[in-house]
Amino acid sequence: MLRDITLGQYYPVGSPIHRLDPRVKLMGTLVYIVAIFLADGVWGYALAVLFLAVVIALSKVPVGHILKGLKAIFIIVLFTVVFNLFLTPGEELFHIWKLSVTKEGVQRAVFMTVRLVCLVMGASLMTFTTTPTALTDGIEKGLGFLKVLKVPVHEVAMMMSIALRFIPILMEETDKIMKAQSARGADFDTGGLVKKAKAMVPLLVPLFVSAFRRATDLAQAMEARCYHGGKGRTKLHPLKYTGRDLLAYLVIAAYLAGMILLKIFL
Amino acid sequence: MDIIKASGLTHDYITYDEDERPISVRHALENVDLAIEEGQFVAILGHNGSGKSTFAKHINALLLPTAGTVTVGGMDIADEANLWDIRQLAGMVFQNPDNQIIATVVEEDVAFGPENMGVPTKELEKRVAEALAAVGMTAFAKESPNKLSGGQKQRIAIAGALAMRPRCIVFDESTAMLDPSGRKEVVATMHRLNREEGITVLLITHYMDEAVGADRVIVLDGGHIAMDGTPKQVFARTEELLNLGMQLPKVTQLANALTAEGLPLPAPILTEEELIEELCRLRSKI
Repeated sequence: MLRDITLGQYYPVGSPIHRLDPRVKLMGTLVYIVAIFLADGVWGYALAVLFLAVVIALSKVPVGHILKGLKAIFIIVLFTVVFNLFLTPGEELFHIWKLSVTKEGVQRAVFMTVRLVCLVMGASLMTFTTTPTALTDGIEKGLGFLKVLKVPVHEVAMMMSIALRFIPILMEETDKIMKAQSARGADFDTGGLVKKAKAMVPLLVPLFVSAFRRATDLAQAMEARCYHGGKGRTKLHPLKYTGRDLLAYLVIAAYLAGMILLKIFL
Repeated sequence: MDIIKASGLTHDYITYDEDERPISVRHALENVDLAIEEGQFVAILGHNGSGKSTFAKHINALLLPTAGTVTVGGMDIADEANLWDIRQLAGMVFQNPDNQIIATVVEEDVAFGPENMGVPTKELEKRVAEALAAVGMTAFAKESPNKLSGGQKQRIAIAGALAMRPRCIVFDESTAMLDPSGRKEVVATMHRLNREEGITVLLITHYMDEAVGADRVIVLDGGHIAMDGTPKQVFARTEELLNLGMQLPKVTQLANALTAEGLPLPAPILTEEELIEELCRLRSKI
């Protein structure tokens, strides 16, 4: 049961978007998220939706697959729609009981929904098209400029990649402990939420102990292999920009410029 | 030339109470003098708590001596300036195969050591390819380590040490968690590296059978060297070994039992081939 969980949500199809350098995709996602807050009219949102649609089409990830990811934010979207519909002052369209729906409210509710949906779809598109390993590399190299602000970029990337390596191992171990405890009469499957949660405690203790032991071992193994932080480290597969990546940067820049121009002139 | 030299090596494990006051001291190693010649295959035996792992961790400067000195390739391990050179020169393979693989792809894990040393990318590719070929794992370069067997994972760990171009590799109970076939794989790899690449191998183990093929066997007990010699010399001292809580290799046990029943076999017999040969010789005499 625990084995079925896949790491990240990488969708393995070969597409121009998949082949882009992870730094480009990171930067693109950041720009997209920022730019969507620039939109304040129909044209701005139209451009944002159009851009996303083109990228999704290029990525060959099925739209249905991406839409599934929206389930998680359904409640938030619902709240946003309801509050914007009823609480925006302006020209009244109709009213239900004491709550009035205004023209501005409808407009705002639609815009906010589009904004949220675009945000989530844009961000998840990055994880659909980038393997977790590539993403870690991208963070280490692409966000290197944050080191100036004393953000430990290398350490964060290293932690992410170690986590990626150990999650399946710890899952397997959880499975083993669960089986060992079930064999001796532990009950994980019946009872209410509280009872089930309580049954997890004896599972967590040995899991944590073992995780700490593994961490000590790993630290020693890393030290034995001369690990001393990111300084002076080279890479077996260093990230390299190609013509495709430069083109992608140009497209991203053009998109940002377009969003800014729309904000100023419309 | 001696690649590893310990003189008067003492290491104490000190337990502290909450206020950092020492409450108990355990001497893991006491006044050990030991020199290991370059290019040899040395097995260090001993039961739990004999100090064998503590000794191993000094060679890589993971532990530093409480008293005495250890030099590796002529460099004092206590000198911080030598740290990275020593760790490059003396590779280490640990017990748990899962807990020493760092990267999510085999070839990237093999590259981890030299990456830390700042080896340029071109050279890295060459070293990784060579190291994987030396342990016979080239076909798995792009795989995830999670899919490999225990023996294969240990061979990846060996490749990781090899890629740093060490002169000596310490195996700290590297076979303890493997199944018999995995153990065979790993021991065969050690012997090949020793024979073909001239790498000094220091094998820490409690499996007597693995020590049989060594050039030299050292038995530790309670932080002291109890025995030191060729496998023939050490395994001839049956009584003493049993008193130290050690078991003889299976074949030697069998040969000893046969001798006790009256067969005139020379002692000690360490390998199956030897036993078969001796038995055949006896039969031809009859």
